[in-house]
Amino acid sequence: MPMSPAEIESLIKEALPDATVKIEDLRGDGDHYAAYVVSKGFQGKTRVQQHQMVYQALQGRMGNELHALALQTAAPASE
Amino acid sequence: MTSATIDDAITQRIRKDIAANDVVLFMKGTPVFPQCGFSATVVQVLSHLGVKFKGVDVLQDPGLRQGIKDFSSWPTVPQLYVKGEFIGGCDIVREMFQSGELQQVLDEKGVASEVQA
Repeated sequence: MPMSPAEIESLIKEALPDATVKIEDLRGDGDHYAAYVVSKGFQGKTRVQQHQMVYQALQGRMGNELHALALQTAAPASE
Repeated sequence: MTSATIDDAITQRIRKDIAANDVVLFMKGTPVFPQCGFSATVVQVLSHLGVKFKGVDVLQDPGLRQGIKDFSSWPTVPQLYVKGEFIGGCDIVREMFQSGELQQVLDEKGVASEVQA
């Protein structure tokens, strides 16, 4: 069962409440997404750690129901 | 054999591979015939940089296919390792390549690379 963009977004926001999440359906097939996630929780973390946090938020769906999610993560630009 | 000893054997194999080779890519398919677009992208980046690497085809072994994900707490393949350290999957490798960070990491770790024309 493919996941809806709203479902992906809400799972990420549950784990990272301050996050700004933008989801793109890359092929319009509900199966290949790109997500841009900006959260203060990423501050001081490596990219691998940041992506791991998002994968953790998706609770094992990545690589299963969720076939392809291109990820881009960042901490908010400092003021 | 219990499942625990099988898991150990796979973990040992992964450790051995990433210890014995400076650059290892766990991927779907082989460097010559990648079976997945994400794996192909990483192969392309490494080839462009002229980096010698060992490709390990996880499709040949279901235990390894799961084992490599458990090993790195990373849910997807491909996975790139440089000098035993997990660098990332396709998105991270592409992003690091575009920003020049990947070449920097290779230099720092003493891995030879030379951009191919």
